[in-house]
Amino acid sequence: MKIGSSLFDLGRLDRISNQETAIHGLDPRVKVLVTLVFIVAVVSFGKHEVSGLMPFFIYPAVLIALADIPLGYLFRKILIVSPFALMIGLFNPFLDREIIINLGPVAISGGWVSYISIMLRFALTVGAALILIACTGFNAICHALERMGAPRVFVVQLLFVYRYLFVLTEEASRMVRARALRSFPGKGTGMRVFGYLVGHLLLRTLDRAQRIHLAMLSRGFDGEIRILRPMRFGIRDLAFLFGWSGLIVAMRLYDVTGLLGNLVTGGAG
Amino acid sequence: MTHHIVEVKEVEYSYPDTTPALNDISFRIVHGESVAIVGANGAGKSTLLLHLNGYLAPAKGEIRIGDFPLTKETLHSVRRTVGMVFQDPDDQLFMPTVFDDVAFGPLNLGLPTEEVSRRVEEALSTVGALHLKGRPPYKLSRGEKKAVAIATVLSMSPDILVMDEPTSDLDPRARRKLIDLLKGFEHTKIIATHDLDMVLDLCERTIVISEGRVTADGPTNLIFQDEGLLARSRLEKPLRMQGCPVCGPTQSSSGVKATT
Repeated sequence: MKIGSSLFDLGRLDRISNQETAIHGLDPRVKVLVTLVFIVAVVSFGKHEVSGLMPFFIYPAVLIALADIPLGYLFRKILIVSPFALMIGLFNPFLDREIIINLGPVAISGGWVSYISIMLRFALTVGAALILIACTGFNAICHALERMGAPRVFVVQLLFVYRYLFVLTEEASRMVRARALRSFPGKGTGMRVFGYLVGHLLLRTLDRAQRIHLAMLSRGFDGEIRILRPMRFGIRDLAFLFGWSGLIVAMRLYDVTGLLGNLVTGGAG
Repeated sequence: MTHHIVEVKEVEYSYPDTTPALNDISFRIVHGESVAIVGANGAGKSTLLLHLNGYLAPAKGEIRIGDFPLTKETLHSVRRTVGMVFQDPDDQLFMPTVFDDVAFGPLNLGLPTEEVSRRVEEALSTVGALHLKGRPPYKLSRGEKKAVAIATVLSMSPDILVMDEPTSDLDPRARRKLIDLLKGFEHTKIIATHDLDMVLDLCERTIVISEGRVTADGPTNLIFQDEGLLARSRLEKPLRMQGCPVCGPTQSSSGVKATT
């Protein structure tokens, strides 16, 4: 059941990536590049940075709006992987008790600030990566990586993983279902059977890999995968690339939050 | 023009675990023929097919495709000549989209871009799947997958089509469409199958294999009437050649049924 429903969810991401919006129509390469710039900028902040990260939410916000990505869906996806980030920062508040911020009577230690910083960075980077997939499509990202000089073996590996993920999950869920229908409380659901199941799945996968290789060989495969996919790089792509990269770098170099704050308080005073 | 002959001479093969699979197999298939290879499960049909495009090499004997013997040197031209369609289309469709998959063979042949696109469109429209061009293979139905799998081979314009169970797992309508499609091809066809009714429609000649040997080779009509031979090879007459359970063995019972 679990496997089946997460497969369905993956199908949804795939469907979103086939939408037709201005963002979806951009060259995949510029989206990959901007995402990279974004992630590097977010990650490169110091460990106690919180306010500097805030302006970066503009990038996911604008893309979600323009590319028509369902916010709730994206949020759930981020939540699913959040335990990793939660665990990583878990001990920060205990290890780093030095008070660095005083908000009136409330004193906040460096540990808590860095914990919040980790969570913000996690949300921003994972969100950006998911948005990239949702507005580009996994396969197009792979092609873009390949065009930009990523090792072919690596790209082909990714493509195959994505292609056979669906076949594998279907096979696994059929096996799990077959077991569930013939097991009764206390019998048949233990680790031992699970081990057999996984082992069996591995053997089947090896078999299939052999058959796929055979199918490739009989169509002239010689170690290199050729893909015919013209990519056009237009003015709009260029504008997207330089517009966002410029903004992201500016947000990294200048304290936008502080400037805005000064502007507002200065205006008020 | 070369003659698209497939000649198998006294071929023997055993699997690495020494299970004998093929034993002294010989036949000759000439240009434009449509031949069925039938036999029980494990009779050696698939093993035989794997020899026809050089994936397995015979332990003894010789295979000739066209005018060449099948050797390491001729392997590439043989694989271009012999288009092989596998039983499970999920094994055959490994590229991200239908288009990429059908273009895979032609691109490997080193054809220029426009030629590749032209061939892909042509192959896809032949099997009636041009509208699936941009779709990923895992979103297709079984029938669509089978059709696209055939297109992936057609795009290399092979002279000989080798197919393993083309009609398995298809609903009756998709099966009929596939049979009609294959009927229209002028290629030399070699089809391994259990679907003897399809054989009746498509193949004028049948080779029966049992326990790694050719037990019969001749006109389909004659072979399917030889009940002793079929039984010995663990086969049955095609359903269409058996009695109808509704009209029954006698004409009168159906008449009675019609009046009540």
